[in-house]
Amino acid sequence: MTRREAGYFVLVAAAFAVLACLPFAGQSYLLTLGVGIAMYTVLATSWALFSGPTHYISLATAAFYGIGAYVVAGGIGTLPYPALLALAGVAGAVAAALVGLATLRLSGVYFVIFTLGLAELIRQIVTWVQNNFTGSRGMYVLTDITEQGIYWQLLALAAAVYLIGWQVARSRLGFALRIIGNDEVVAAHVGIHSAAAKLALFVVCGVFAAMVGAIMAPRFTYIEPSIVFTPELSFQVVIMALLGGAHRLWGPLVGVIPFTILWELIAARFPGQTILLLGIAFLLIVYLIPNGVVGRIESALRATGRKTSHA
Amino acid sequence: MDILITGLLLGATYSLIAMGLNLQYGVARIMNLANGEMLVAGAFAAFWVYTAQSANPFAAALFVVPGAFVLNWLIYRYLLRPLVRRAKNRGMLEVDTILATFGMSFAFVGIMLLAFGGGYFTYSYLAEPFPIFGSPFGLNRVVASLIAAVICGLLYVWIHGTRTGMAIRAVAVDPAAAGLVAIDVPRMSALSFALGGAVTAAGGIVLSTFLTMDASVGVVFTMKALIIVIMGGVGDVRGTIIASLILGLAETAVATLVDPGMTLAAAYLLFVLVLLFRPQGLFGRRAS
Repeated sequence: MTRREAGYFVLVAAAFAVLACLPFAGQSYLLTLGVGIAMYTVLATSWALFSGPTHYISLATAAFYGIGAYVVAGGIGTLPYPALLALAGVAGAVAAALVGLATLRLSGVYFVIFTLGLAELIRQIVTWVQNNFTGSRGMYVLTDITEQGIYWQLLALAAAVYLIGWQVARSRLGFALRIIGNDEVVAAHVGIHSAAAKLALFVVCGVFAAMVGAIMAPRFTYIEPSIVFTPELSFQVVIMALLGGAHRLWGPLVGVIPFTILWELIAARFPGQTILLLGIAFLLIVYLIPNGVVGRIESALRATGRKTSHA
Repeated sequence: MDILITGLLLGATYSLIAMGLNLQYGVARIMNLANGEMLVAGAFAAFWVYTAQSANPFAAALFVVPGAFVLNWLIYRYLLRPLVRRAKNRGMLEVDTILATFGMSFAFVGIMLLAFGGGYFTYSYLAEPFPIFGSPFGLNRVVASLIAAVICGLLYVWIHGTRTGMAIRAVAVDPAAAGLVAIDVPRMSALSFALGGAVTAAGGIVLSTFLTMDASVGVVFTMKALIIVIMGGVGDVRGTIIASLILGLAETAVATLVDPGMTLAAAYLLFVLVLLFRPQGLFGRRAS
């Protein structure tokens, strides 16, 4: 660890410590917003860990999220909560590994198509199982976990995402992923096992999404397939990560904060038009800021840097 | 036997949608995730014609097909063409178009929710029994599959028998080489994209006569069409038709034997089998 990195590390740790005090501010609105931001930060950052360097667009976030929520809902009566959290992570890893094994050996299009319908597929299967074997559609999740508890768990998870992202970026695996993203043929020729590298990161992404789902489950109280397997979630995560910039570890965060706040306002003001507005926001991002806000800032910095060096 | 015939009837209508997507992806190289929404728009138009105008739902084709053609032409020309220009290689184009059409699909769903609300739409047209080999089948399904078969046949003849069709096939094989032999590649791509959209919207009209739709169901059809196109081989008309029939059979079998709510699972099962054993599609050639 260089001195500079140690400095960043202390800074980030301090920021997390400050954020952890948010519940003591005593404003429940602020805490709700904090939960939203923390949740999307984990989802969008873990999404970008995989999709940022490889350019493989995963639309499966909602599927893993729903799996995690269902693990908690199904086991809350029999197992202690921490064990369920771990179990949700394992379930997410298994699901991601299965999807990855089937699709990541091939070109990116197959992967995108597979993940596009994945949430819908799992929703159909869960509905079918519940209709035929358990009798009731929904499930109740009754725990004594408070909003504060959820916030702290999400914050801890966010810290874990950043730690893992940072470690991956400086490892051989991260380097391999960047090469795969630039040119997969080159990657194969220099001896990178590209399918294994992609699979590893996709599993990380699946674990985090499932754990977020598990943490959020107590907040829903009542869980039904159409609530937790909503495709809008995958969509929002992709938008936020792209808005910020998926090629930097802290990029998604830049997108998550304004978007979550904006979305709270929009959802309150125009409840009927959220999907239309989501679509339009998405198109604007793809056409106007393809590299995200961070990409914009970086190229602007480069441009001014060139000017000053000339002078 | 019932499964076989119902499956084939369903598969014939699927082939229409998949044909539309294949024109868009195989020729214009646009992975159009908003394809299903075009289908739902066509279905809603037919619903409106039948309930509000009390006319034959197929009359909707008179304005839906030209309308979808123009709309898709405009989408290609003003929304997707800039992406084609911006992209440095096919991989980048794929990422950009997937993101853009994914955004469009949500925008379309939003517009349709505004216009029609979130409820389910269904109407009863030609819902009378029609005997095939002694067992009764819905006349609407039979008529729908016949219309689909006629449109597919016409498309096949057009693509394989005319100069424009040959140009389209050339672009499907290699856009760069097609440009070298004086084929206007951007124009042909726009034409096939628009045509693909029109065919898909026509498929929506046909499907609406016997399926229940709602504003957000489009993604399921996009999924099925994509699976068919991949199973049949990208850019291959014959493969698309056969793959559609296979999917129709598989879905009907699952719906009858297991549960009607599990049709997507049947599609996924086929998809996984294709990915594992023949990723280039049934009739596709292995990419070098």
